[in-house]
Amino acid sequence: MSGGNVLEIRKVSKHFGAVQALAEVDFTLERGEIHALCGENGAGKSTLMNIIAGILAPSSGEIRLEGLPVHIGSPAEAQRLGIGLVHQEIALCKDATVAENILMAATNARRAPLMNFAELNRTAQKVMNRLAPIPVTRRVGALSISNQQLVEIAKALTLDCRVLIFDEPTAALTEAETQALFGIIRGLKQRGISIIYISHRMAEIFALCDRVTVFRDGRYVSTDRVAEVTPDHVVRRMVGREITQLYPEKLTVAPGAPLLEVERLSDGAQFSDVSFTLRRGEILGLGGLIGAGRTEIALGVCGLAPTTQGSIRVDGKPVAIADYTDAIRAGIVYLSEDRKHSGVFLDLSIAANVSALDLRKLTRNGLVDRRLELTQAITLCTRLGVKMGAIGDPVSSLSGGNQQKVAIAKQLSVKPRVIIMDEPTRGIDVGAKSEIHKLLRELAADGVGIIVISSELPELIGVSDRVIVIRGGRIAGEVTGAMTEEAVIRLASGVGGNFADVA
Amino acid sequence: MSLSKEEELVAPPVRGGLSLGRFGAMREAGLIVIILALCVAMSFASPHFATWGNVRAMLMSFSIEGIVVVGMTVLLIVGGIDLAVGSVVCFAMVVGGSMFLMGLDPWTASLIAIAASALVGAGMGFFVTVVGLNHFITSLAAMVIVRGLCLVITKGTPLSLFTLPPEFKAIGQGEFQGVPYVIIIFVAIVVLFDFLLRRATAFRKVFYTGSNEKAAEYSGIRTRQVKFWVTVLCSTLAGLAGVIYMSRFGAATPTFGVGMELNIIAAAVIGGASLTGGAGTIFGAILGIALLSVVTSSLILLDVSVYWQDMIKGCILLAAVSIDHFLNRRKS
Repeated sequence: MSGGNVLEIRKVSKHFGAVQALAEVDFTLERGEIHALCGENGAGKSTLMNIIAGILAPSSGEIRLEGLPVHIGSPAEAQRLGIGLVHQEIALCKDATVAENILMAATNARRAPLMNFAELNRTAQKVMNRLAPIPVTRRVGALSISNQQLVEIAKALTLDCRVLIFDEPTAALTEAETQALFGIIRGLKQRGISIIYISHRMAEIFALCDRVTVFRDGRYVSTDRVAEVTPDHVVRRMVGREITQLYPEKLTVAPGAPLLEVERLSDGAQFSDVSFTLRRGEILGLGGLIGAGRTEIALGVCGLAPTTQGSIRVDGKPVAIADYTDAIRAGIVYLSEDRKHSGVFLDLSIAANVSALDLRKLTRNGLVDRRLELTQAITLCTRLGVKMGAIGDPVSSLSGGNQQKVAIAKQLSVKPRVIIMDEPTRGIDVGAKSEIHKLLRELAADGVGIIVISSELPELIGVSDRVIVIRGGRIAGEVTGAMTEEAVIRLASGVGGNFADVA
Repeated sequence: MSLSKEEELVAPPVRGGLSLGRFGAMREAGLIVIILALCVAMSFASPHFATWGNVRAMLMSFSIEGIVVVGMTVLLIVGGIDLAVGSVVCFAMVVGGSMFLMGLDPWTASLIAIAASALVGAGMGFFVTVVGLNHFITSLAAMVIVRGLCLVITKGTPLSLFTLPPEFKAIGQGEFQGVPYVIIIFVAIVVLFDFLLRRATAFRKVFYTGSNEKAAEYSGIRTRQVKFWVTVLCSTLAGLAGVIYMSRFGAATPTFGVGMELNIIAAAVIGGASLTGGAGTIFGAILGIALLSVVTSSLILLDVSVYWQDMIKGCILLAAVSIDHFLNRRKS
């Protein structure tokens, strides 16, 4: 009955204590297909992938590989069975070279007592070049996040796999790198390798995959041929309710007075001569490729990175921003793109996280007023709909989307005039995402000026009233009115004409 | 007020050093149980254990080190470590002692000694926050340098300070209503810093910085300042401890406090301070040093050879950290 199935998951469940992460889910992977697995965060995708990759043991159920029941007790065993996993979170040795990382499994299996670095580098470079020409003798820690992600993928390619799992591999990749990766994945498919592709991005699933399976709340919902369904359809199944409109209404009236005026801002390295005006009540998108300097500009405006030239005015009055404290005082806050690394304090309580931006406000006689702190945290978390146990629980106990809401609550605690949000919805589920989009619009309606940086084009266009595109550290142009992804991509890449079919 | 109802529903946000509130409290309770159990067992095993004399001796023995533990805990929370505390304790003794021998009154000499210790901390803080070295290497170097300074100042021989006036000696040797001043000072410092660490805004920044330095920077906290001042605080408290030792022993030995830093760090870690920063309580750390002290005292009363004592203490440290690791893993 399952002739073409490489992998079959039958009624697999997994409990963590009282929490049921997976409830009797089924999943089949046909030989040589690219099978998308979607679901909101907490739907059980990662749990299932960890079970398949031997990192977690299922509480019950059966896994069949090529029709035979198998027990996958460890990652090493999974590798022996031909199952490879490209982690969502980069798991590389940062102090080793790219080559050493890519061929770690081979080095481990090697019997010779000494390393042959010349051969190692040669082999690794060959694998690496299929994705991007990253020099394999470089230290991984010295690479950008997107290049590290590519190394992670190259590492999986060296394994002799029957089944390869990609867990949100494009989260940190640029458009061009994404396309290169898609080419590789299609090549793998042609070689008969079966691929499980986990992603939140409908555009990718519909561009790349053959079938799509949806999980919701730890349960199996549906499997469809991608050709037979629409993105809307899949999103509805993921959320389990109708999302009538993916993005909130745009600004209908003309935006208010100039709120933030940035003039000829340069940092002497990453960006130069950047001028723009953000008006009251407006959501301004900042587009561009990864590495174009969007984040650097945001950091420069906020005083989180030094600038060499230029001026900033708030409400028409010049303000001197030497460090972030000055920016906060001027009402400008920045939401970091890297939530875990620089956005939240994972092991501190939710309340303590919300308070971090302006402790002075909560301070009475040098002591933190707990009553004020609790009131503020509860008020803001309730407003943002943070799903949590208690306000005293550590932020690490929350899901990604709720952690992000706590990070936003922190920004709102100072009643900011201008909020700069860098990748505000990266890696969070569809439901939380649309809540955050709605929140942005509500804030704008209250007269706050918002700058959104996003690498996800539909989001950038969906939430912004207009988009400024950055290329090579300079403003390449502005997209207004009926914005299209193509217009943004053209400006971002500096390619005219036939670029549309690349993207 | 309407808040009080909400407040009942939620755990307080800052117990247990802001983090893992119930777990922190559980760990402290666990340490208390172990210490009490050990005490009960020992009072059966040795008739001398449960006497005021012995209890007092134990309290005395860890009170002065306890002051250093307070500073170390705060430093561990910010993500630092100070291997130089033993040297700085000795440095304060030696500086205070030689100032006194040069004719200064002991109070001024002590103040200068504490200020000199703070200066050592400021030096380390400079190398950590401005030059950008890490705490471990910086304090390792400081440990050796400061020890060397002690030898230079004393020319390698102990300073005899028997001429210290009695009112100064009283700090280390005297008592108030049967309770030694040393213990009173210790308790006062512990209570003060435990409270400040849980409640004061300035110390809240210590937790933010230690938990996630980048996120703290992105919250407008001047993390380098925070780290600098915590480093200074740790050395200052070590200096204070040194002055109290000077008063207690009436002497300043240039080799005093060798290896003390390990005991101090062990105590803080047993008490729940995280070596990666972001977690720890003063109360826990004091329980940690109390446990080590009770064990030492027990071993002595049980006539266990001194040669075994370090080994047993090391095993206790390993056990405490392992249990901590195990519980943390189970949680996540």
